[in-house]
Amino acid sequence: MPKIKIKHVDHVVIRFAGDSGDGMQLTGSRFTESTAIFGNDLSTLPDYPAEIRAPAGSLAGVSVFQLHFSSEDIHTPGDQPDVLVAMNPAALKGHLEDLEPHGIIIANKNAFNNKNLKLAGYDANPLEDGLLASQYEIHAINMTELVTKVCENIDISSKDAERTKNMFALGLLFWMYNRNTDTTINWLQKKFKNKPAIAEANVRALNAGYYYGDTTEMFTARYAVQKATLPPGKYRNINGNYATSLGLLAAAEKSGLPLFFGGYPITPASEILHSLASYRNFGVKTFQAEDEIAGISAAIGASFTGNLACTATSGPGMALKTEALGLAIMAELPLVIVNVQRGGPSTGLPTKTEQSDLFQAVMGRNGDAPMPVIAPSTPGDCFYAAYEACQIAVKYMTPVIVLSDGYLANGSEPWPIPKMEDMPDIEVNFATDYNGKDQYLPYKRDKQTLARPWAIPGTPKLEHRLGGLEKEDITGNVNYESDNHHAMTTLRAQKIANVANDYPPTKVYGKKKGDMLILTWGSTFGPGRVATKRLNKENLNVNHVHLRYVNPLPIDLGGILKEYKYVLIPEINFGQMLTIIRGQYAIDAHGLNVVRGRPIRASLIVDRVKKILGI
Amino acid sequence: MADIKNNNSIELSRMDFVTDQTVKWCPGCGDYSILKQTQRVLPDLGIPRENFLFISGIGCSSRFPYYMNTYGFHTIHGRAAAIASGAKLANPELSVWVITGDGDALSIGGNHTIHLLRRNIDINILLFNNRIYGLTKGQYSPTSELGKVTKSTPMGSLDRPFNPTSLALGSQASFVARTIDRKPKHIQSILKSAHAHKGTSFVEIYQNCNIFNDGAYENLTNKKVALDNTIELKHGQPMIFGKDHNLGIHLDCNVPKIIDLDNDKNVSIDDVLVHDEKDIVRASMLSSFTYDDDFPTPIGIIYAVDEPIYENLLQDQIDLAIEKQGKGDFEALLNSGNTWEVK
Repeated sequence: MPKIKIKHVDHVVIRFAGDSGDGMQLTGSRFTESTAIFGNDLSTLPDYPAEIRAPAGSLAGVSVFQLHFSSEDIHTPGDQPDVLVAMNPAALKGHLEDLEPHGIIIANKNAFNNKNLKLAGYDANPLEDGLLASQYEIHAINMTELVTKVCENIDISSKDAERTKNMFALGLLFWMYNRNTDTTINWLQKKFKNKPAIAEANVRALNAGYYYGDTTEMFTARYAVQKATLPPGKYRNINGNYATSLGLLAAAEKSGLPLFFGGYPITPASEILHSLASYRNFGVKTFQAEDEIAGISAAIGASFTGNLACTATSGPGMALKTEALGLAIMAELPLVIVNVQRGGPSTGLPTKTEQSDLFQAVMGRNGDAPMPVIAPSTPGDCFYAAYEACQIAVKYMTPVIVLSDGYLANGSEPWPIPKMEDMPDIEVNFATDYNGKDQYLPYKRDKQTLARPWAIPGTPKLEHRLGGLEKEDITGNVNYESDNHHAMTTLRAQKIANVANDYPPTKVYGKKKGDMLILTWGSTFGPGRVATKRLNKENLNVNHVHLRYVNPLPIDLGGILKEYKYVLIPEINFGQMLTIIRGQYAIDAHGLNVVRGRPIRASLIVDRVKKILGI
Repeated sequence: MADIKNNNSIELSRMDFVTDQTVKWCPGCGDYSILKQTQRVLPDLGIPRENFLFISGIGCSSRFPYYMNTYGFHTIHGRAAAIASGAKLANPELSVWVITGDGDALSIGGNHTIHLLRRNIDINILLFNNRIYGLTKGQYSPTSELGKVTKSTPMGSLDRPFNPTSLALGSQASFVARTIDRKPKHIQSILKSAHAHKGTSFVEIYQNCNIFNDGAYENLTNKKVALDNTIELKHGQPMIFGKDHNLGIHLDCNVPKIIDLDNDKNVSIDDVLVHDEKDIVRASMLSSFTYDDDFPTPIGIIYAVDEPIYENLLQDQIDLAIEKQGKGDFEALLNSGNTWEVK
């Protein structure tokens, strides 16, 4: 038996692709879990169809999970996979073009039957194509047949036995990358606690995959990816939606306010509702409303009566919530709105990521209606963005948008678990007494922040009326006078501008002056940073600034931007931040605008920078 | 009830509920009466003033909170029911009242109205029904009669009107009542019952818009004909009406008929149907009299039953979760799942 070599590599990108029913998301997340526990840095990108079960074997029904893991600090789920796991012909057809040259294909040979080949649009079986074999390392394995065999004497249906083929693929990859199978075996036994036969079948399939690698002579090498040197601390793997839920709950815990969530199910934001709904023992009140409008409206009602109120949605839902946002701005009530952006317009691409709701967040309301917008930069950062949004909302008595996206929501990364004692305080001062001579003045503002006081119903003596009609300064009475409206519009704008006083100084990655600045916001942080590092390796004076605070923009940003010859703004939309930056700072920034439902590839940014620099 | 004091032991009066804002409804508007009766009833409910919260949408009636010296929120068109739902769920101690109109509650806000009713959150909805759009100056509303000629329907409206009490019953409301702006005592009694009912109370108030739809309820309020055209429902009492108290509702093989106790020798008071506010079938029948010229329009409590209350169920879930899982420990939650140490 030839000795199998161990190849040391710095980073690997694996793409699991299969039919919607093949369990690719589960396979990917199990590999992620083991890899995280092993100690690699990692980043994931689940990508699944909007249809729950598109026709089996069709191109439309392919579900994908991409995982990038490394011994170094990484920022993206990777541009091109090194390994493609293709559970059927459609999976191969749709994803082969992304595979690195000489990359590895692991295919379930049994699924490459005539019917599936036809569905995928193949005239001939590509696994038997000599050209393909010369370009890639192909391992075509009869996974379905093998798992059926190992499950033979277990009392389950043949269909259930066949379904364990994803565990076979997982087991094989565990072997290839030297991962321990224990966590997944424990997980399977827990998951199928009440179906021991199914648990047994899955464990056998997993082991069969692992031993297949070990005993056959198909593989000439195994790969070792050393642990990453992450900062010390306790870690867990986390995705953006869950981090957002935890951030909201953390803010409720810190502020002492009960958490109220009013919302309506929408992809890709529903998981926030789901996770918060499971925290009744924290006193969390989740309210699945009759529609998006009722979701935010209920939250506004809960805010008036003294809860930490929030809602979460995606673009179409955000459009419906717009009028209510205006009310929260006029009534000056704290509220957090999470928009997990997806491809638009209209219903658009429900399960694909995009950054195209920036204009909507910053400007999309009737009247002059400014409000703070924070965009998390990584899945784990969603925790901090949600927390900070609550802080700002309560301090400035304003609605705040957290502008997440589909990639952040479903993507995951190792996350150093924060300690609550290190989280900044969220001070809540409900009004309890008159703030005027013998009366309560609901619009008498704090001199520093310009926030109005928060007097909640149930407080004696402070009875007052809020509303969407223009308010008289100080008293809050209805007022239609022109000077008052001008003054109130100015006050509302100034109040939101004041939020920028609390920002930390904007960090420049690289030199304070130079040829090129890559300016990113939201989830484009990762590709922006990776591109900068690659360009720096080529000794190019390329630098990176990332914006978490997209409205109001940081006070120091204008000064920073002037120090570079070129500014490039890559974003997953048709130039929305570009327009804002050009408008605000009158600089001739360049855009890189790609809307393919995926994170922008770092390589695209590298190419564009070089083009601009004339290299 | 007048001797009940609030928690601060300060006896409240109507004037305690009057604000310093000038009431800006048109002179002669039915809203004045409803405002006044509400301000009269509230001091008698035994609730501290600061615990009242009035939430409205958009329309003439929705200016109501500005005139009530309680906590109030004049919100956006149609959404009062949803905003009130959140307010009440967040703080169940409050006495929450939704002030709305036929356009606000049944047109733009129809969805929120029906869902609030089915959830049965303890909120009182006062729907001022003037069968016209007043604030936008006279377009037909979802309760305007078919063929209504207005600025937006010069050849007459084409849609059949909603019957709000039937809509409420169909939405599984647990309390459905109707009153009229011209009957101050009746308004007071219905408001008290609505308050006493636990769960969502739906009160339709016929209200005259003397500018854009004057006389919409003339046949129900004009002293000469009012008693013949309305029937005041009282739980456990026979359904008698008419200015001579001689007409009754009789069921003939489950078909309602009007019988004349004075002139028809074959019938007696025993043949008159007794109102049972807990009977959904009777309630639906009575509600269906609303636009029927052959029957009197029912006034009073049409339907009132006890149903599970949303905020109580929510609190039960919270209590159960705490009992089963223990009170939430956030540090423990943060550190749950598969974790690992990097040294």
